[in-house]
Amino acid sequence: MKKFRLLACLSLTMIFLLSVSIISISSLSAEEGEKVLKMSTTTSTDNTGLLDVLAPELMKDTGIELKWIAVGTGKALEMGKNCDVDVLLVHAPDAEKKFVKEGFGRNRKELMYNDFIIIGPKSDPAGVKNKKVRNALQIISKKKAKFASRGDKSGTHQLELKLWKESKINAPDKEDWYIQTGQGMLQTINIAAERDAYTITDRGTYIKYEANMKGNPPLVILVEKDKALFNQYSAIEVNPSKCPKVNNALAKQYIKWMASKKAQKMIGDFKLMEKPLFTPNAK
Amino acid sequence: MEYLIEGFLNAFHLLFTGDEETYSAVFTTVHVSSMSIIISLIIGLPAGFILGYYEFTGKKQIRAVVDTLLALPTVVVGLLVYAFVTRKGPLGDFNLLFEVSGIIVGQVLLILPIVISLSATAIESLDERLKNTLITLGARGNTIIISSLYEARFAIMAAAVNAYSRAISEVGVSMMIGGNIKWHTRTITTAIALETGKGQFAMGIALGIVLLAIGFFVNWVLIFFKKRA
Repeated sequence: MKKFRLLACLSLTMIFLLSVSIISISSLSAEEGEKVLKMSTTTSTDNTGLLDVLAPELMKDTGIELKWIAVGTGKALEMGKNCDVDVLLVHAPDAEKKFVKEGFGRNRKELMYNDFIIIGPKSDPAGVKNKKVRNALQIISKKKAKFASRGDKSGTHQLELKLWKESKINAPDKEDWYIQTGQGMLQTINIAAERDAYTITDRGTYIKYEANMKGNPPLVILVEKDKALFNQYSAIEVNPSKCPKVNNALAKQYIKWMASKKAQKMIGDFKLMEKPLFTPNAK
Repeated sequence: MEYLIEGFLNAFHLLFTGDEETYSAVFTTVHVSSMSIIISLIIGLPAGFILGYYEFTGKKQIRAVVDTLLALPTVVVGLLVYAFVTRKGPLGDFNLLFEVSGIIVGQVLLILPIVISLSATAIESLDERLKNTLITLGARGNTIIISSLYEARFAIMAAAVNAYSRAISEVGVSMMIGGNIKWHTRTITTAIALETGKGQFAMGIALGIVLLAIGFFVNWVLIFFKKRA
């Protein structure tokens, strides 16, 4: 009996060590000589599942293995400045243009768009339904209705700050009703739902949220279809003259593929609950 | 309550159907923390032995530093390692950021103090007569180290289990250095943090179960060996 237990224990340990070494060997060989492209991107392209659909096709067509890090656009741009990624897929046109102008990036290419919406509790306590976006923000701040903000310099957050400014309101910061989450879009929507707050989101992520909630979400669309809410996504190469170690050839190839007819069609065909999340518009 | 039950049911579904995404995170975790513990033991055991066995000036001070590092916050390790391995940083050429290898470096820094401190304590608490006996019997150099470590084996195994548990359960280093990249650097803990935030409990629960199971298994091995002795 004792011998048997010793044997069982030894073999378990052996299996464990063996599997560890196999895993490490296989992962090492996978990293050698393969075409790996590192991309920093906004949370919406990841949260919605769009990249999960595109990445395998990219692999098939070009052999490029896409590794993406989903953070806010602000952080994504910082990663580009630090030379930690090869390419960006982001959505904050003003910040992007500045990024390119300062020489950190080049060849910005517009790829697709959707729009931002303001969502909030079904009961709409502040009464902003169907208002213009600037008016809605004025009402929210006046009534001190709870509002969840990304608070992370993401594309959505930058737009939100711009909208406060355009509504002639000092951007809230320490106010009790203003919740700065510092997290991704889907996380922020969840926080808003828990706290019965309003928030601003891109439509793609909201549709994903709606699908997660099986079509019956506690937060509903209240403000939409305002020109100020247009949301453009673009890809940018990290400039190899600032960052000699980036893989610029793959970045170029990736952007070209994203703008190709096939990828653009896939973006347009990407639907949840029969609703399109992004509209392709590469020129 | 319904969503919780549903979460649990889905969790078991994910586990028993061999869901690729779930198991990818499990394998990454096991891979990363096993490499970290192996490296930490290789460096930490001799260091711990020296610290516990020999008397030298500055020993107390070193011991104090090592013991302080036991409480090293994972995010501080993440911050430090990030600053060094970013392509702009001094170790940028090694391409460690957003790679499994980068997480391993961070975890080694994190758990090395545990291995050193606890193994030093283990050696210190050995009977003083053992040292004399070994020397009288003609043991030299390596033999002394190995015999001492062998005598302290249970305490050292406990140190390793402790360090391993810290490695599998940490989230700061994995998130900051690994970047939580799907299929590559997403570990059990970063996946749980992400999925829960997104309001998807099933995968979080499934991964939590696996994490507990690994912890249980590792501790069970320790208990088993102790029992046999």
